[in-house]
Amino acid sequence: MSERCAVIGVGQTKYAAKRGDLSIAGLVREAAERALADAELRWRDIDAVVIGKAPDMFEGVMMPELYLADALGAVGKPMMRVHTAGSVGGSTAIAASHLVQAGVHERVLTVAFEKQSEGDAMWALSPKYPFQPPLVAGAGGFFAPLIRAYMRRSGAPNDVGVRVAVKDRLNALRNQYAHLQLADISPETVLSSPMLWDPIRYLETCPSSDGACAMVLSNEANAGRTSRPPAWVLGSAVRSEPAVFAGRDQINPRAGADCARDVYRQAGVTDPVREIDVAEIYVPFSWFEPMWLENLGFCEPNFGWRMTLDETTSLSGRLPVNPSGGVLSSNPIGASGMIRFAEAALQVRGMAGEHQVDGARVALGHAYGGASQFFAMWVVGARKP
Amino acid sequence: MRDVAIASFAQATFERSSKDEVELLVDVITRARAESRLSKSDIGFTCSASCDYLGGRPFSFVSALDAVGAWPPISESHVEMDGAWALYEAWVRLQHGDVDAALVYAFGRSSQGNLNQVLSTQLDPYFLAPLWPEGDSLAGLQARAMIDAGVCSEDEIGSIATPRYGDGAAAMVLVAGPLLERASNAAVIRGIDHRIEAHSIGARDLTRSSSTQLAAEKAGACRRDVDVAVACAPYAYQEILLRRALSLTDRTRFTFLGGNSVYPYIVAGLSSVGEAFAKIASGKALSAVAHATSGPCLQQNLVCLLEVQP
Amino acid sequence: MNYAVTRMLAPVRLPFVVTPGEALSRFLSALVEGRLIGERCSECSKVVLPPRGACPTCGIATNPRDNVTVSDGGTVVMFCIVNIPFEGQTIKPPYVYASILLDGADVPLLHLVEVPVDKARMGMRVRAEWAPPTERKPSLEAIRWFVPTGEPDASYEAYKEYA
Repeated sequence: MSERCAVIGVGQTKYAAKRGDLSIAGLVREAAERALADAELRWRDIDAVVIGKAPDMFEGVMMPELYLADALGAVGKPMMRVHTAGSVGGSTAIAASHLVQAGVHERVLTVAFEKQSEGDAMWALSPKYPFQPPLVAGAGGFFAPLIRAYMRRSGAPNDVGVRVAVKDRLNALRNQYAHLQLADISPETVLSSPMLWDPIRYLETCPSSDGACAMVLSNEANAGRTSRPPAWVLGSAVRSEPAVFAGRDQINPRAGADCARDVYRQAGVTDPVREIDVAEIYVPFSWFEPMWLENLGFCEPNFGWRMTLDETTSLSGRLPVNPSGGVLSSNPIGASGMIRFAEAALQVRGMAGEHQVDGARVALGHAYGGASQFFAMWVVGARKP
Repeated sequence: MRDVAIASFAQATFERSSKDEVELLVDVITRARAESRLSKSDIGFTCSASCDYLGGRPFSFVSALDAVGAWPPISESHVEMDGAWALYEAWVRLQHGDVDAALVYAFGRSSQGNLNQVLSTQLDPYFLAPLWPEGDSLAGLQARAMIDAGVCSEDEIGSIATPRYGDGAAAMVLVAGPLLERASNAAVIRGIDHRIEAHSIGARDLTRSSSTQLAAEKAGACRRDVDVAVACAPYAYQEILLRRALSLTDRTRFTFLGGNSVYPYIVAGLSSVGEAFAKIASGKALSAVAHATSGPCLQQNLVCLLEVQP
Repeated sequence: MNYAVTRMLAPVRLPFVVTPGEALSRFLSALVEGRLIGERCSECSKVVLPPRGACPTCGIATNPRDNVTVSDGGTVVMFCIVNIPFEGQTIKPPYVYASILLDGADVPLLHLVEVPVDKARMGMRVRAEWAPPTERKPSLEAIRWFVPTGEPDASYEAYKEYA
């Protein structure tokens, strides 16, 4: 790779069930302007724009990069649109980082968004389709059986999901951008919330949010020009596998494990649980925290839940997971992956505010999508590679 | 920048196909791989292109992955754009030097819906889309603007006919480094660039394709004395704008994909690059320019300059 | 007078005529006949259903000769209980939505299991309850749901690779 790549600007909108104050263009612009301000740059300093979001049907706008070219200052510039299901926010950031690393561009703006209030994502996820009876709605119905199988396989006690649900919501109280601000969250409130797709309770699921996240990525020459510290991309990787095939392990998918190994190798990480200071992991249902801890190699298979229970993953633990509150607290679907990547960058820049992990130098950003089959990850660090 | 070349290309286009996406793709991917003489495990990066609105179904690219045989897991990305932009992402990825071959594919089955109408949903969702201006209506506006500006006569434009949007799939293998040295009949990508214009129709000069021209300049393809040029766009009259924007010499043999032939939306741009590659691979040309477009009235354009492998 | 526009409705209605492709067409036609067919990959020998026209792991095309009939009985390898109503739902919650590994198949099929929700369990043996022949459409709705057979549960070892 010819060029180093750094995150020099991060911008997030306030995440909310409905951002009725903004159009879709206004939403992406709010995030992009904040990222530019953080990077101390103006629109004309940007060479190219890479945008990502989940299915177009969520808002009913086909190929929205066309409509958003004006709002994102892309006129006369290259603009690309990435879509890799739930992992898209991560894949989009990686596609943008490649433009810098390849030496094609010096400064790239990358943006991901979802404005769930302007459409019906539940409908778009489960459209009435011939040949296939409507048996289940939304992602919860798909993932609930996996969670039950994980509980069986790992022998995890029943309250692990509850613990994650509480931890991430308490973290969210420290994040001004987080959608859910549940001051009264407790194991009791989670346990008494409705069982939607047994074994998933309402408060163990992510919300539906409007929101956008943006980052300015830059090459080394430009990274030195800003007053705030950059986050260096130490490694990035994507992996995909088919949704259905014989003998597929959907709980600990090989694509995720391969992706993690690749990204650690690039970053020179040999013992992830010791060398990674903080992780922002895509956890849309609380039980996915222990499942992904195993998949990401932070522990042996079937031991992830112990890291949750012994508070390794709490804000003051050895490996804080989702100090921002995670997807469980804010879920503008197409942006959720990029928020993980951006939060990882904020941590190593020391700019995560109230949810800053003390002394974070190396952080993991993780996103996944589809039937736990698309993965995007990066490791960012405070020190130049 | 290191040299990245097209090693092979395969496509299938139909007015309407009884095959689904996976069935269309597995055929062209198998052919493209075979022609490149590379195996599945040689491919270090895969990038695909599709659009959910063609079939009215979200996540169309997810099941299409079945055509690739993505096991062991592959390094892969997807653009919700024309396949030419998937080619661009793969070209960027191959610059890194850690992988030397990429598979690019695109697919779309426009025959399942009324694309002329569906394209209304591409427009500004607050000010334009609710009025449901169909693809043809916007094309009519552009053609009228061209006539009024004296770019061409009404006779030259003819009537605006709804394009014959069809079904199709295309696959391409790219190589670099040692795999390029071993390749035969490859076409090196000497330049590739894409640019977007304002979305608002009223904010644009519809009588020229400024983004095509800019992309051609950046790709080093402008006023280039190439042997062939292949451009694509759904409407016949758009050929006039593209010819001008590409500033080709009289010597260049120009092929236009679109107008009266079946136009496989999402596949067309990659197909255009593939046709240009085929001219070089078959020895009919030493250099070529290829063009792809996206959005209403040529809003976004990509230009690629190809040369025979030295 | 000044108006503040706080909300606008812009409904999108687009008709599509979707076609299932050749491999899935064969599967759907067989459903009308009360049969379940899968595709056996000529390279890895695994049986996948519904058929896709390609082996998802080998990436090679399959054809009608690769079709094999799969039993309509199998084992529940994973499930959840759906408690929430949604648009288009055909049965009243709560109900059991399961991943069922049919005998002779290598990937599970997703369908309903008609069993009291507190009786649902992994490893339960079930069989398809077909709609009467005259009511069968080319859709998985040709199977109403799966019902317990009363056989002893499959051992966890027998199906854990699929759960």
